[in-house]
Amino acid sequence: MAYGPEKGIGRWLFSTNHKDIGTMYLWFSFAMFLLGGFFAMVIRAELFEPGMQIVNPEFFNQMTTMHGLVMVFGAIMPSFVGLANWLIPMQIGAPDMALPRLNNLSFWILPFGFTLLASTLFMEGGAPNFGWTFYAPLSTTYAPSTVNFFIFGVHIIGASSIMGSINIIATVLNLRAPGMTLMKMPLFVWTWLITAFLLVAVMPVLAGTVTMMLMDINFGTSFFDAAGGGDPVLFQHVFWFFGHPEVYIIILPAFGVVSAVIPTFSRKPLFGYSSMVYATSAIAFLSFIVWAHHMFTVGMPLAGELYFMYATMLIAVPTGVKVFNWITTMFRGSLTFETPMLYAIAFIILFTIGGFTGLMMAMAPVDIQYHDTYFIVSHFHYVMVAGAVFAMTSGIYYWLPKWTGKMYNEAMGKAQFWVSFIGFNIAFFPQHFLGLAGMPRRYADYSLQFAEWNMVSSIGAFMYGAAQLFFLYNVISTIIAGKPAPQEKTWEGAEGLEWTLSSPPPYHSFTTPPQVK
Amino acid sequence: MSTDSNYYVPEPSKLPVLMALALGTMALGAGMWVRDEGFGVLAVGFLIMSAVMYVWFSTVIKENMAGMTNPQVKRSFVWGMSWFIFSEVMFFAVFFSALFYIRTLSLPWLGGEGDKSDMINLVWPGFQAEWPLMVNPDQVVGGEKFIGPHENMGFPGWGKLFGWLPLWNTIILLTSSVTVHFAHHAMKHNNRSKFNLWLAITVLLGAIFLVVQYVEYHEAYVEMGLTLSSGIYGTTFFMLTGFHGFHVTLGTFMLFVQLIRGFKGHFGADDQFGFEATSWYWHFVDVVWLGLFIFVYVLG
Ligand code: HEM
Ligand SMILES: [Cu+2]
Repeated sequence: MAYGPEKGIGRWLFSTNHKDIGTMYLWFSFAMFLLGGFFAMVIRAELFEPGMQIVNPEFFNQMTTMHGLVMVFGAIMPSFVGLANWLIPMQIGAPDMALPRLNNLSFWILPFGFTLLASTLFMEGGAPNFGWTFYAPLSTTYAPSTVNFFIFGVHIIGASSIMGSINIIATVLNLRAPGMTLMKMPLFVWTWLITAFLLVAVMPVLAGTVTMMLMDINFGTSFFDAAGGGDPVLFQHVFWFFGHPEVYIIILPAFGVVSAVIPTFSRKPLFGYSSMVYATSAIAFLSFIVWAHHMFTVGMPLAGELYFMYATMLIAVPTGVKVFNWITTMFRGSLTFETPMLYAIAFIILFTIGGFTGLMMAMAPVDIQYHDTYFIVSHFHYVMVAGAVFAMTSGIYYWLPKWTGKMYNEAMGKAQFWVSFIGFNIAFFPQHFLGLAGMPRRYADYSLQFAEWNMVSSIGAFMYGAAQLFFLYNVISTIIAGKPAPQEKTWEGAEGLEWTLSSPPPYHSFTTPPQVK
Repeated sequence: MSTDSNYYVPEPSKLPVLMALALGTMALGAGMWVRDEGFGVLAVGFLIMSAVMYVWFSTVIKENMAGMTNPQVKRSFVWGMSWFIFSEVMFFAVFFSALFYIRTLSLPWLGGEGDKSDMINLVWPGFQAEWPLMVNPDQVVGGEKFIGPHENMGFPGWGKLFGWLPLWNTIILLTSSVTVHFAHHAMKHNNRSKFNLWLAITVLLGAIFLVVQYVEYHEAYVEMGLTLSSGIYGTTFFMLTGFHGFHVTLGTFMLFVQLIRGFKGHFGADDQFGFEATSWYWHFVDVVWLGLFIFVYVLG
């Protein structure tokens, strides 16, 4: 393994290197983030005022659908896979990922998959317009025929996720340095191990779900058609059996990042390492048995409503364990507030808000009011944007000096944080009010009483969107013109094997495994 | 977990990106195919994929024979294959779950059970829930989209036991799991000719299974009026057994490849991962069949 990076484009196309592949994942996901962000701007521009201004309702539906799909599958998930690629080998003392060629395959499927998905926008009939949850029969009987490209796109993107996860599991289980027992692994590695397990378990379920759609649409089966003895509600069950674990797939690696950042800038070890590991496992387990809390209004039997209500509330317990852990880690620490820490603290606060609204919606009787309103939209943006994306941003600022050997500009980082933070809250906090007042989601127009808060929300959204361009600028200017990062101790309080390597680290992380005590 | 010696990190390779290209082409092509836009693109994608897989597996085999992989690398392969099979288990699980959900919950609801019955009876008045479902809700209200079968695949009674194809297929597949195990045993004792023999028998059994399944499908379509579009019974029947049959096809092909490798003198008493992985896959396919036999046929 003496080879270095190849010259030119071949370095990226033919890579078997975890860092190069990680870099590609990160840039790809950022490109998707901007694409999905553009769709979001279209949505918010249309909703700026009541009435129809910019797009027609048909196209509006395509925008909400594509926004959700691109953000979930194209931006958030690949970004964390990119982070996993960069960090897991360095954090466990491995030379690379366990299956490097498979790793590159997992990545390169994504550009093909998303090109296929995005190209439906330009096809006759337009892009998928049935929402990112693609409920049948909207996505079967009433779907545009481009739904077929969506289905096969999901198949290959899912295959990419499964292969990526298998690789991560094999790496973590097989390539740890001598002495690194499971209970000595950094929490980011732990959370990814569990995430990868969730992915291998539920991506096939998603594949099965879209396959049923495919058959119903093209081959006359009746999975989701009551006329043939099937049931459209079956769609929701199989989708959410995938979908709820999916939201934890999105948030668990974010937990891992925050669990690395908070101790560093508190200059204290994490308050309770093992309780974090157990809480993560408990969340993963519970995530399999709560799916129908998305279906409280679908007409389940009372026993089902009750069971899913209580089971969902249980998740608050391990989630609470985590939040208290981060807080107690900060308690009496010698805190400093560099950009990664600001993002991590914002994560804790805003994610907790999202968790609380989740608990509100977990109560079946009141969810009947919240369901399919902007309250839901607000909830999941608090957990997915202020949760996953904030943690991701925190992680980028935190490890960028390690990856590039260059330090970002702290003042610019902080400024970027505040624009993001304020923009986000202006955009999404008012959506709680809109939802409680009864504004339904996924409509291109709304009644006049909702006008003020929608305008406020749109302004916040534009602000948040601008902050992401600002972020892009920060990252690029660091890479091009950043000051050299201190070789010893980039961050005073940082612990872990990745900090024992040079910045930037050698091409093959640990050619001989370090001994872990 | 410990590292035995330097872990083998392969050099940059053109294979993965070509494979991605193949998969992308196939996704596009499959979409075009179901939209009646021809299957040319799909075929091209499939050809690229087959070629890449051929080269890729050859490469891995060569690397292994050149001694570039160590036991630790092999452990990565073991984990890889195991979790791949787990993902396949979950894929089948969703189709089984759909079957259970429909049989035990939603179909009885459609037939008027449960506390929503008043409304449902308005939509499908007179519909009777039964399993296997022979008369679809649509037919009850005069529709013609989903015409139920006039016969089903369930247990035909003791008298017709020996003409019941699924029983034969069960016997065939169970036997093949045993013969593949014999082959494994033979290789462990470095007995090549026995290995080849048992493996050849296994491949043959796989092929026979597929032939029998073909006969069964033919009967279903031609004689029983049981098709993909004959309502939820046909839907679950063909999707479950069809995906299983597809996996048997794949497994038989994989075993066949191992057989050729056996003839070529690959493998050794303690170096046979390609074969072992295939045999795990085969056992997995076997277990799925048992589930099918019980829940689709015997209780069907
Ligand atoms: C304390 C933890 C949480 C609880 C109790 C909870 C509960 C819920 C409930 C009951 C719903 C359905 C509401 C409805 O549609 O009427 C929901 C929706 C949603 N949640 Fe959560 N949630 C939690 C955490 C999370 C996390 C961590 C994420 C993602 C990172 C997330 C993402 C979502 C999404 C995307 C939806 C909306 C799906 C859709 O209909 O489009 N949730 N949540
Ligand atoms: Cu959920």
